[in-house]
This record gives sequence, structure tokens and C-alpha cells, in this order.
Amino acid sequence: MITLDTYDLAIAAVLVLLLALLSIRLRTGIGGQLVIAATRTAVQLSLIGLVLKALFASSHPGWVALLSLFMLLIAGREVMMRQERRFRGWWGYAVGTISMFLSSFAVAIFALVVILGDEPWYAPQYAIPLLGMLLGNTMNGIAIAMDRLTQSAWEQRNIIEARLMLGEGWDKAISEYRSKAIRSGMIPIINAMAAAGVVSLPGMMTGQILAGAAPVEAVKYQILIMFLITTGTGLGTLAAVTIGARHLFDSRQRLCLDRLRGT
Amino acid sequence: MSKTPPLLQIKDLSRPMLGPVSLSLAAGDCLCITGESGSGKSQLLRAIADIDPHGGELWLDGVSADDIAPEQWRRQAGLLPPESSWWLPRAHDHFVNGMPVALAELGLAEAVLEQPVSRLSSGERQRLALLRLLANRPRVLLLDEPTANLDVENTRRVEAVIDDYMKTHDAAVIWVSHDRTQVARVANRHVELRDGRLEELAMEVRQ
Repeated sequence: MITLDTYDLAIAAVLVLLLALLSIRLRTGIGGQLVIAATRTAVQLSLIGLVLKALFASSHPGWVALLSLFMLLIAGREVMMRQERRFRGWWGYAVGTISMFLSSFAVAIFALVVILGDEPWYAPQYAIPLLGMLLGNTMNGIAIAMDRLTQSAWEQRNIIEARLMLGEGWDKAISEYRSKAIRSGMIPIINAMAAAGVVSLPGMMTGQILAGAAPVEAVKYQILIMFLITTGTGLGTLAAVTIGARHLFDSRQRLCLDRLRGT
Repeated sequence: MSKTPPLLQIKDLSRPMLGPVSLSLAAGDCLCITGESGSGKSQLLRAIADIDPHGGELWLDGVSADDIAPEQWRRQAGLLPPESSWWLPRAHDHFVNGMPVALAELGLAEAVLEQPVSRLSSGERQRLALLRLLANRPRVLLLDEPTANLDVENTRRVEAVIDDYMKTHDAAVIWVSHDRTQVARVANRHVELRDGRLEELAMEVRQ
């Protein structure tokens, strides 16, 4: 395995810097953002590297749980911020966060205990990267699906209400938009699975191979991760959209768009 | 003393800027509501259909709305909004229980059922929406300007179909209209909505 030193990373950073200069020169308006984002990557990843190093050394379940919780809360905030018409108040945060907790944590623990079977099962070397990948993808799925759900309820309020007026239950009145929301949340991961190995070499596998792992071993891990991510994203999206769709209606089955922001 | 309860009874119905409104309707009543735009006519109908949250109590045949499931309530107190909405490609797909009234009675050709809804005129859609509502056999019709997009001939047809439905089904109608001559033709009671309150107006006896 070729280890990288600071000098190697500095060369790569120069490339980004050149791109930023070019962008500023062309007045694209993203030169500044590019530099800030690149800096964030360097700082955030360096910090998590140090955290993981300390965590691996101690392996205390409390620390693993604390870091997991921290990751969950950040992902929950991200899901909330990406929705244009999210639910008002704590609901806006809770729907995504609870759904991610249910799906990502359940799938991660299942994989750690049943499939990987390391001792102890919460060993941070496996638990944290696995949970990170699950949360990252589930977060995307839930954010897309919830944005789609709340947006279509807002835009199609006339149709939903017309169906209610004709005596349909809330469940049926929103069913089409609920299915579409779930579908749009899951399409990215389905596409990623379909293109894996043919169009794209997934990042995790590539990383393992670059770090010196045998390709066949890396592929096995990648397949495992893909399946786990798909399950996690699917369950999380289903949970979020199901809870969210219900919360769009009150106990008398009225469409309550005043529960969404920007109303 | 036993007395048959009114078909629809409303007591102190209220929304922000509306009410309290109390009224009761018997089978065969056609109550027309007039009032300036923005006076809350549509809001009142939406509240009666329980599409919007509201204060106050409602009864249908003496049974409190609280004891009737919302889907059931809306089937019985059927609201026809001013703009119709369609969610399936053809009008025909929206009629699962068949046609309550022959299309010709509303001046519609059979072909309108098979065309894409987006190609129909607003007047055709409005009449089809009325049929779709009647197919539910509601006890009370809540009509929000049901003839707004229609010419004189079709307006009369709609009025006749509603009158006929009311008589054959022992139903009652609450009809929001802008047209005073229409009110004189169809209503046996006339109220005006002013500043959120109902004022019952005298009605010439209809023969």
C-alpha cells in the first residue's frame, strides 16, 4: 500500500485551487464555494480521522454510541434543510431523523451481528464506517422522497381535496403521491446498483483496492454494502413517507397544508 | 313529543372571519347563498363538508357529525367546488359506480367520457363533476356556483337535473350563486352572507 503524505495531498489541493481560479476568472460565481467546500472536506475528514483513531484505540461502546448519535442528528438536520416545504416545528426534524434511526441503525446492527459477526459486534472499525455509509445514503433517499411528498401535496391540493370531497379516505386520496415520493427516493440507489461495475466503480470498492485490498474481496464488501444501503434507504424512505403522509391529514381526514412551512 | 329531525342542522358553525352560522334544512329545501366575493360563501360550504376545520356542531338526520366517519359525512354532504379536479386520464375512469343521470339531460355527448379530461371545456368538466358527485347519492348537495361556466341552455339543464335529484332522493341543496334571477328560479330560501353572518331574506313563494 502506498501511503500518502501531506505533500501528496497538497499537490491535489493545488488542482482544486487552479479550478477555483479558472472559475473566478470565468465569473461562474462558484469559485469561492469551491474553495470553502474543499477546505471543509479537508478539515472535517481530518477531524473524523483523529476521532476514529482515538475511538479504535478505546473501543468503548459508549463512545461508539455517542458518535453514532452525533452522526444521526447531523443527518437529520440535513434531511430537514433539503426540503423546501418541510413540516413546521419539531415534526420537520423528527420525521426524517426517526425514520433514519429506525432503518439505518436496524440494518447496521443486523449486518454487524448476523453477517460480520465481529467480537464485540460494535467494534468501531466496522460499526462506524458501515453506519456512516448507511446514514449518508438513507439521508439522500429520505430527503428526496419527503421533498417530493410535501411538494406534491402542496401543488396537488385541489386534487387531493376533490377526492376527499367525494368521500375517499386520506389514504386513497394521497396514495398516488405517496408512491411517487417513495419511488423518487429509491431511484438513485436502484440506478447505482444497476450501473455498478459497468458504468461506475463504486467509491468504497475503489478505495479498498487503492489501499491494497484484493479486488475480489473488495467486490464482496461492495456488494454487501450495496444491499445494506438499498435496504436501509428503502425502509427509511418507506417509514418517512408513510409517517409524513399521515401527518398531512388531521383526525377528521382534512388535508392540513398549514402544517407545512411556507404556507 | 316526537318530531323528525331536520335533514341537516348546523349550530354555531365558525371559522376565523366566518360565523357563527346556524341553520337547518329539511328534505326538499333549496337554500341559496349570495354575498360579495370574499364574504366566505365557499369557506362556509367547505366547513359544512368538513374539508376545513371549524367550530360548532352539525347533525345529519339527527346524528351528530362527530359520530359519523369523515368519509361517510362527505359522501352524504357532497361538495361541488367551483373548479373541478380530475386525477385519471379520462372522465370515464372517475365513474366507478356508473352514471346517475343520462348525459343527454345535461347536454353532454357520450364521447366526452372517452376524451382526455384536459381536452374538455370547463363547462363540460363542470357538468361531469356534478354527475360524479350525484353518483355518490349525497343527502345534501353543497354547490359552489355550479353553473358559472355555462350558457343559458345548459344552465337550465343543470338546474332541472338538480331539482329532479332533490325530489327523487329527498335531498336538500345549499347553492352558492351570484345570479339573483337564478336564485328566484331555484331557491325556496335565500340567505345573504355579510361580514361572515347569514341574513335570511324574504323569498317570493315559488309555485
